[in-house]
Amino acid sequence: MELLKVKNLKKIFPKHKVAAVDGVDISISKGEIYGLVGESGCGKSTIARAILRLIEVQEGSVLYKEQDLLKMPYRKMRAFRKSLQMIFQDPHTSLDPRVKIGEIIEEVFIIHDNLSQQERRNKTLETLEMVGLGEAYLGRLPSELSGGERQRVGIARALATDPEFIICDEPVSSLDISVQAQILNLLMDLQKRKNLTYLFISHDLGVVGSICDRVSVMRKGRFVETAPCEEIFASPKHEYTKTLLNASRLHFR
Amino acid sequence: MVKYIFRRLISLIPLLFGITIITFMVIHLVPGKPTDMETQFNPKVSLEARDRIARLYGLDKPLHVQYADWLKRMASFDFGVSFVDSRPVIEKIRERIPVTLGINLASIILILLIGVPIGISSAVRENSFYDRSMTVFVFIGFAMPTIWLSLILMDLIGVQWGILPVSGIKSLEFERFSFLEKIIDVSRHLVLPVFVSAFAGLAGISRYMRSNMVQVLRQNYIRTARAKGLSEKEVVYKHALKNALLPIVTILGLSVPGLIGGSVIFESIFSIPGMGRLFYESVMARDYPVIMGVLVIGAALTLMGNLLADISYAAVDPRIKLE
Repeated sequence: MELLKVKNLKKIFPKHKVAAVDGVDISISKGEIYGLVGESGCGKSTIARAILRLIEVQEGSVLYKEQDLLKMPYRKMRAFRKSLQMIFQDPHTSLDPRVKIGEIIEEVFIIHDNLSQQERRNKTLETLEMVGLGEAYLGRLPSELSGGERQRVGIARALATDPEFIICDEPVSSLDISVQAQILNLLMDLQKRKNLTYLFISHDLGVVGSICDRVSVMRKGRFVETAPCEEIFASPKHEYTKTLLNASRLHFR
Repeated sequence: MVKYIFRRLISLIPLLFGITIITFMVIHLVPGKPTDMETQFNPKVSLEARDRIARLYGLDKPLHVQYADWLKRMASFDFGVSFVDSRPVIEKIRERIPVTLGINLASIILILLIGVPIGISSAVRENSFYDRSMTVFVFIGFAMPTIWLSLILMDLIGVQWGILPVSGIKSLEFERFSFLEKIIDVSRHLVLPVFVSAFAGLAGISRYMRSNMVQVLRQNYIRTARAKGLSEKEVVYKHALKNALLPIVTILGLSVPGLIGGSVIFESIFSIPGMGRLFYESVMARDYPVIMGVLVIGAALTLMGNLLADISYAAVDPRIKLE
């Protein structure tokens, strides 16, 4: 069954008069990991933000369990944020620098659940442990953490609402290679354990190839090719996909 | 932290030293002498009498010796006596300072109460009609000459409509008022001066607040806060405001010299017996000890303002550690 269906999504940034996303269709089933690759600036993050209504688009619809997220009042959308979450690209800037780790997570329970202070504390700790961080992190500030630890907090924050669908917007691209693998393993592990659905955005074909079920290749706001992961790697149809593959092979040699 | 404050205080000493040397020189360079008041307009005063007065004040000595004498007295916190009425300088300043501090404090509070909300609401509606109108409004206040605005308001509100008193801080029959009437009387006198000085200062704080807020609202963690499901109100007031308010603290500390300078102007216009007017009068009379006294205290207040800004910055921002 389709969990999320994006139809003819179009976003034009008025200042630049360029369609960052130019009529894109996506359909993702429950439990699937859907990859989205393309060069920087091709509109990947714009799609992610548009789906979660962090930016407003000119055209198109986003159906989540048959309900159009883009048409509903913003107030109603807030309730849906519980089930649709996002892990952001840059863990250095996506955490409020003046709020402690414990409070960052706890705030989620304050917004979405009606719990006692003790219950909130327990759940906060539970969530942190899920991503491999312990009680010691509760009172720390983002600036006291390493990049990998911060991204774990970013993941914990997204998991805290117990979502079904998570958009991972280049979750490892700003991390060291050695940390990238740890975070990817964590994401895969969580996906299996909680039967999550991912929209996984990356410019790194190696990363996408190792975890995704299906992949769309994107260029200048449009999808040039969508196919199961193995197919893309074994027999790319579009010229641009071939170029991307060659580039990444060059990179690994 | 205590060590940091101590070190900063120590480093203020050479700074104050430099300030006093420069101001001492500049003030003595200004044409005219303190003795002019007593001698120039009085044909009966002989040349000898003038010299005698000059000697009495120590004005016959070379400038660096005068400065050394002044510094020697300052070392024991002796500001000297006024040339004009022979009263101790410190006493003259002490009786004037509460009025000036009071007006400036009221004006800062008013600026914050109006400027911060203007800044926030403008930033949230960036580039809207409201935002642009507010920009024009605060810059009108910034660009309007204080003197002109004061005179217009005095004429309109004070003279033509007769709603508020136009000068001083007390009515003539002040002594006969009850306590409550006294408070009302003083506040009525302060409305115009506080309004005028606050209107001019509004632009600084509100524009600063706006640009901070605009910048913070573009940060990634604000997007995170929205993705969490926080309402727009909570995003703005909880996450954005906390981060944007920070630099305002510094601006407040740094605005002390401007306020002291502003006091000289509006206290003269509204004949308010504060430190600003004392300064103006003593400059006109070339009353060197009083001028130096006011300047030293002004400089000390400014430096303390800077220090307080740095300390409070560290206090409100957990990321900053002063060492």
